[in-house]
Amino acid sequence: MRAVRRYLRSPAAVIGLALLALVVGVALAAPLAFPGDPLGLAGRPLQWPGANPRFPLGTDPSGRDIAAQIFHGARTSLLIGGVATAVSLGIGIGVGAAAGFYGGWMDDALMRVTEAFQTLPGFLLLLVLVAVFGSAIATVTLAIGIVSWPATARLTRAEFLTLRSREFVQSCRTLGMGNARIMLREILPNALPPVIVYAGVVMASSILLESALAFLNLSDPNIASWGNLIGAGKGVLRVQWYVSAIPGIAILLTVLAVSLVGQGLNDALNPRLEGRG
Amino acid sequence: MRVLTLAGRRLLASLPTLLIILAGLFLLLQLAPGDTVDALMAQMGGGDPAMMAQLRSFYGLDATVPVQLGRYLLRLLSFNLGYSAIYGKPVATVIAERLPATLLLMVSSLGFAFAGGVALGVVAARRINRWPDTLISTVGLIFYATPSFWLGLMGIVVFAVRLGWLPPGGLEEVGAGHAGARRALDMALHLLLPTATLSLIFLATYLRIMRAAMLEVMGQDFIRTARAKGLSETAVVVRHALRNAMLPMVTLLGLQVGNLLGGSVVVESVFALPGLGRLAYEAVVQRDLNTLLGIVFVSALLVIAANFAVDVLYARLDPRIPGER
Amino acid sequence: MSAVLEVGSLAVALPPGADRLFALQGVSFNLHAGEILCMVGESGSGKSMAASAVMRLLPPGVRVAAGRIALDGTDLLAISAPAMRRVRGARIAMIFQDPMTALNPLRRIGDQVGEMFAAHTDLAREDIRRRVLALLGEVRLPDPAAAARAFPHELSGGQRQRAVIAMALALEPRVLIADEPTTALDVTTQAQILALIRDLQRRRGTAVLFITHDFGVVADIADRVAVMQAGRLVEQGPAADILQRARHPYTQALIAAVPPLARAVAAMPPAEAPPVLIVQGVSKTFGRPGLFRRGRVTRAMDDVSLVLPRGGTLGIVGESGSGKSTLARCIVRLLEPDAGSIRLDGTDLLRLTRRDMRRQAARVQMVFQDPFASLNPRRRAGDLVAQGPMLHGVGRAEATARARELFALVGLHPDAADRFPHEFSGGQRQRIGLARALALRPEVLVADETVSALDVSVQAQVLRLLADLRARLGLSMIFITHDLRVAAQICDRVAVMREGRVVEQGDAAAVLGAPRHAYTQALIAAVPGRDWVPPG
Repeated sequence: MRAVRRYLRSPAAVIGLALLALVVGVALAAPLAFPGDPLGLAGRPLQWPGANPRFPLGTDPSGRDIAAQIFHGARTSLLIGGVATAVSLGIGIGVGAAAGFYGGWMDDALMRVTEAFQTLPGFLLLLVLVAVFGSAIATVTLAIGIVSWPATARLTRAEFLTLRSREFVQSCRTLGMGNARIMLREILPNALPPVIVYAGVVMASSILLESALAFLNLSDPNIASWGNLIGAGKGVLRVQWYVSAIPGIAILLTVLAVSLVGQGLNDALNPRLEGRG
Repeated sequence: MRVLTLAGRRLLASLPTLLIILAGLFLLLQLAPGDTVDALMAQMGGGDPAMMAQLRSFYGLDATVPVQLGRYLLRLLSFNLGYSAIYGKPVATVIAERLPATLLLMVSSLGFAFAGGVALGVVAARRINRWPDTLISTVGLIFYATPSFWLGLMGIVVFAVRLGWLPPGGLEEVGAGHAGARRALDMALHLLLPTATLSLIFLATYLRIMRAAMLEVMGQDFIRTARAKGLSETAVVVRHALRNAMLPMVTLLGLQVGNLLGGSVVVESVFALPGLGRLAYEAVVQRDLNTLLGIVFVSALLVIAANFAVDVLYARLDPRIPGER
Repeated sequence: MSAVLEVGSLAVALPPGADRLFALQGVSFNLHAGEILCMVGESGSGKSMAASAVMRLLPPGVRVAAGRIALDGTDLLAISAPAMRRVRGARIAMIFQDPMTALNPLRRIGDQVGEMFAAHTDLAREDIRRRVLALLGEVRLPDPAAAARAFPHELSGGQRQRAVIAMALALEPRVLIADEPTTALDVTTQAQILALIRDLQRRRGTAVLFITHDFGVVADIADRVAVMQAGRLVEQGPAADILQRARHPYTQALIAAVPPLARAVAAMPPAEAPPVLIVQGVSKTFGRPGLFRRGRVTRAMDDVSLVLPRGGTLGIVGESGSGKSTLARCIVRLLEPDAGSIRLDGTDLLRLTRRDMRRQAARVQMVFQDPFASLNPRRRAGDLVAQGPMLHGVGRAEATARARELFALVGLHPDAADRFPHEFSGGQRQRIGLARALALRPEVLVADETVSALDVSVQAQVLRLLADLRARLGLSMIFITHDLRVAAQICDRVAVMREGRVVEQGDAAAVLGAPRHAYTQALIAAVPGRDWVPPG
């Protein structure tokens, strides 16, 4: 409860939460507000926002409704962001916990692999994965999760390393507790808060990665995506710049919301800076 | 000596990493449906099976997977990256042509992001919870949340299309025939928008880390000692806090080189820069796996080299022998 | 003689939301040239806050609410910030508690000492260098030139504290404030640093405000004493008066809580009692060179042999790095020794498989040092205590009932079972740790520096509790401590460890009263306040 109150004290965190609620609301409302196919031909191409009351945000070069794409794109972004983050956290926490807890050769081997993943530029690896496995939405989501786990693994490992040698863990050992129980019941709950906070960063970057892929036309072409729309507007940038501008603002606000919530959680769960300044 | 031994050991430790990467990628590509010959055939509009078999044996694609992997690794040892069927040139040549533009973009972006991040981070930390901190932190958050390709496009709209101050893309004005300083200036103008675009997201990261590091360091005991000596606040910050706060920044520098390479794929596409990132994108679209693997290999080498430089720098900054990271 | 430093009716206000309004209230004292005034108090008494107030280096949000701080008649609270900077370092210098963190890790010692001259004088670089070398010699660093070139991590704790002292004395300040300068150091190093401070202070006539929690240290160096309690100065006077004839009940209680070094060992253990635990030839080496890292190999324990009689308390004393904690961890098998045997009633614990050891775990239990780190912050106190029995097959209801009984046994209210560790004080947490260990009904209890992190009055309570439990439950105990006073208080046998070896062991009274080994003698000679016999 104290954490909730601390969270609500920060205006930035509250703004983030409100923004996130808005984006989630838009995503949920998409099938109701725009029941048709958001990628279907809706009207004359390249109508400016406001020019036609049927298309409050205008139409793109292929005559598709931008507002419908924004609404349905919110679903895509949140879905991909959420699932990719879950994948990344799953792998990262598993690898990091095992490496940090057992140490020794296990740590050496796992960290070698983690390092390999970190040495490869993430976006390049993403390109390779998409090139090999195709760009269906499930593949893309999984691929984003796969390229973004190393940082989580390192963070979890560091937490486990310090917690492993803490006296309360040692005292569990002297009680005769087994490894699995110590890892899951004693260390993990204490290691999770910073990892959960970091999940905000992972989700923000997942959303950005997906939009970049979609911008390059390498994401699933059959699904409405903000990045895709920005890419579609690139050709008409000189005059009809709104086609690219609108979805960009949507991405910005969504990522900003996720980051603000993440930072708010950080300050709420980790009140170390309190009283300073 | 200490610095060199240390960095040397780290360099040696990155060899197995490199092997894991290459083996992993190669095996990954084996899973891909279709190969270079398929792609070639598709480009030429189809061919007969005999010719395809001939081509496969010419590119060594008919051997077993382990043999192909072994051959690939052996070839890499002699820096032979293979032949790009799409570009009709050795992959090494293709990459060498594209590398300078990317390096230029990376170095300028990283330099700008690092310097800006340090400066803004220090200011924010010194004025914590007051308006300069709030302003800097907010702007940082917005930069962080902005997709770089969109920022680039909007930059083109504003500075190239509306204001006409800057060129909308390319590395230099083709056919202008500039030389010497004139050409350098022209390239700098062309690189201004891409650099800004690529660096802003990293600037946001650096400033956040620097702010946190400064706050952390300023709370430490030796800062109290420095104040008890009667040093002015400026002297305390410059002579005691700054260098200590730089340590996490330097570590981050090494970690970011990979992300920067990734980011250059997108930025080079937006600004039509003839760099490595754009080459990677083209290779994916054209299924030129040799080139793609070559780029990944060179990128990994670049990241390892950058980390080596960072290790040397870190060891110079920090006399304590850095523990395992 | 007029005072160099006058502090009058000083009140320091804490930021809103703190546990009390004022860190200091109505504090008045004078500090004269050539004297050492010891400010004593337990944690939270505000003694360090007083030092920060004099330096005008209070933490953010904390401010002086009232009072006067005058140096040679100048009110320090009234002068400008730049003027105050000229006072700091030059006229009032300060030594801090932890020499490990008080120096900038990235700059050379000579450079940091020289900064004093650079900040306050116009001396040329060459002159500064010469002065720095002279200073480092004066604080008796063995090789001043090498020390000046060294980085802090290359020096030992004692050497660093010498460097900090050199820095503080560089400009011959009128006042030196020493905030627990020896608390982080080993006892022999502490004795050397205390002697150094005393010696330099005598020669230069510096006025020293010495902040400490340790009455032994007070007895060694104080000319006058000021006792702090909860932000108020409750008693001050000449050292001899306070130490022998304290008037304020709080001072009396503090002094009574100091364990006497020489104890008339009343209840001798049955010396012929059969041994319950026999440690024989145990060795442990740390670090192995790996493929990609350079390992440094240290012998933490070398051929250690000990005997614990049933019902007895074996004290293991030694300075940091002596291997005493490694030994404790080997006995409960948190660490695997490389060689030797540890027999509990004839069973060699080191021969047991991990699974068997887990079953045997109940027989040997451990209480840890850090009351803040040794309890999982996310579990309720009751769960923490019930956890052990439940692991060993006791049902939840019974384990919870047993936990409640144990809470009463260790002097905690049974309702405390529903609270989380952070809601308890340090001493209460150590009681929870004790209840947790006792829940398994062990035969042997290993206490690793269990009272070291506690204030002296709390320490006395926990020691009494331990002695009481030992008698009531028939426990045998291994008590690891760096504090010879504590060892004298509770142990009937003592083993002295140094660099991984046992140099001397025997009856507590014999070892502490008439030590034979030179190292034991040095250790005892270094105990602060050794010659002081508290009244009563």
